[in-house]
Amino acid sequence: MLRLTDVTFSVPSNESGTERNFILNKISLDIEDGRYIVVTGPNGGGKTTLAKAIMGIVKPESGKIILDGLDITNLGVTERSEAGISYGFQQPPRFKGMTVRDLLSIAANKKLKKEECCKYLTKVGLCAEEYLNREVDTSLSGGEVKRIEIATVLARGSKVMIFDEPEAGIDLWSFHRLTKTFREIHETTGCTLIIISHQERIISQADEVLLIADGKLEKRGRPEEILPSIDAVFEKPCLANE
Amino acid sequence: MEKIIDKIEKKETGGDIRSGLLEKIADLHGTPQGAYNIRENGKAAARQNTDEITIETKEDKPGINIIIKSGTKNKSVHIPVIITKTGITEMVYNDFIIGDNCDVLIVAGCGIHNSGDEASAHDGVHHLEVGKNSKVRYIEKHYGEGGGSGERIMNPEMTAHVGENSTLDIESVQIGGIDSTNRKTVITADEGAEVVIAERIMSDGHQNVVSDTEIVLNGRDSKARINSRSVAKGESTQLFYPRLIGNTDCFGHVQCDSIIMDNAKIRSIPEICANSVDARLIHEAAIGKIAGDQILKLMTLGLTAEEAEEKILSGLLK
Repeated sequence: MLRLTDVTFSVPSNESGTERNFILNKISLDIEDGRYIVVTGPNGGGKTTLAKAIMGIVKPESGKIILDGLDITNLGVTERSEAGISYGFQQPPRFKGMTVRDLLSIAANKKLKKEECCKYLTKVGLCAEEYLNREVDTSLSGGEVKRIEIATVLARGSKVMIFDEPEAGIDLWSFHRLTKTFREIHETTGCTLIIISHQERIISQADEVLLIADGKLEKRGRPEEILPSIDAVFEKPCLANE
Repeated sequence: MEKIIDKIEKKETGGDIRSGLLEKIADLHGTPQGAYNIRENGKAAARQNTDEITIETKEDKPGINIIIKSGTKNKSVHIPVIITKTGITEMVYNDFIIGDNCDVLIVAGCGIHNSGDEASAHDGVHHLEVGKNSKVRYIEKHYGEGGGSGERIMNPEMTAHVGENSTLDIESVQIGGIDSTNRKTVITADEGAEVVIAERIMSDGHQNVVSDTEIVLNGRDSKARINSRSVAKGESTQLFYPRLIGNTDCFGHVQCDSIIMDNAKIRSIPEICANSVDARLIHEAAIGKIAGDQILKLMTLGLTAEEAEEKILSGLLK
């Protein structure tokens, strides 16, 4: 189980740093093993920071993060990866000189055979024949890099897989394949899926949806419970206009 | 057959150093297949000719002629140079005459082990004359080691003429330990010829690298690609000056990518020159440090920050 207790992260909102803008404001939640969780909410609400805090990329100033009874709050990114967490970046970096096969092999921690790479690439709608030996550089489109990023997380095979807006930059046909892949992972492996998404299609196939806004967990529940309330969150009046 | 490295090692002690250098610069673990000439400390140490490839000693100056008969296919010639004594400085002239309709691999390269106080230097001047419809792959690796204060210096020069519809594919790698390098390359390409240069350089400490490359596209439909990748660490300096000159209907692309670290300095000056309205030439150059998100991404895959950096550098220099 993944447990977050009062996880807080803030940045200075004035030059002297006396005032703080809370990106995560005392977020507490439990996620049981094997759950398919979608995190949604308005832009700037704290979703990516929450995911990065779980991966260890962002260090909360207070609160605790426990994975299967192990306090990982003070562990670095590498140690959390070894503890069983992986993270698909919203905007993945490119690596000049490193091939798709190299990157998948690093993720799997072994030199992967062609057919093994093929398995992961097919799940994100890419043909191994065409992509395996291509460098993950600017010759690939944003959507291609994004799908390779997702494949690296699949190859990592962690018990907690986090995907930050996997649909961003991906065409309609690939997106359809991707939603099927997430469903398959959920049905065939025991891993916990945490997906940050705005897509109703992804939201609707989740076990549970977390609605994050203004750094807080506004609501959590079944998709059919949360989807109707999303409009209310997005339609909050802007105080600056009043 | 007696292994060539064993044969050399029997002459003097220090065989581990020699075999280590030969492995680094020419991937030699035993007797190379085909023709070879191994030069050690200023002298020929071993040589083998084949029916298709003849190696002969020059009579007027130090060096060798390597003559590859027309029609030679799927053959290789290894000509590594190793220096294991301090204070040896040499200038060697090697000429390659490659006939028509060949498909050959040339493995050159130089390794210096200098554990003394005097400078050791190897300046190789190579000329390649490639006939028509031939395919030549040329691999040159430079490597230095040894704990002495004497400098390890290499100043390779290459000129090449690539005949009609031939391909010259050069892989030039300086894998470390060379204190000073000033490399000059000038290649001319005839009609339908193609020249590809992949240059990989790593410098560290107070090392200094200058790479000056010029490809002149004289023939219609000739093509050239220069892909230069480097990593500069420590206080080292690198200067890249790749030039493409298009004199006719031709295509050329020069790309330089460098990762800069510590207090290193890199100058990258790609130049394209069109002397014909039909010349299509492109250049790109980028210098930058390793991006933080690259390191982070690899850390999420279980690598430490140091392992991630190593992977990124080795990927670029692959």
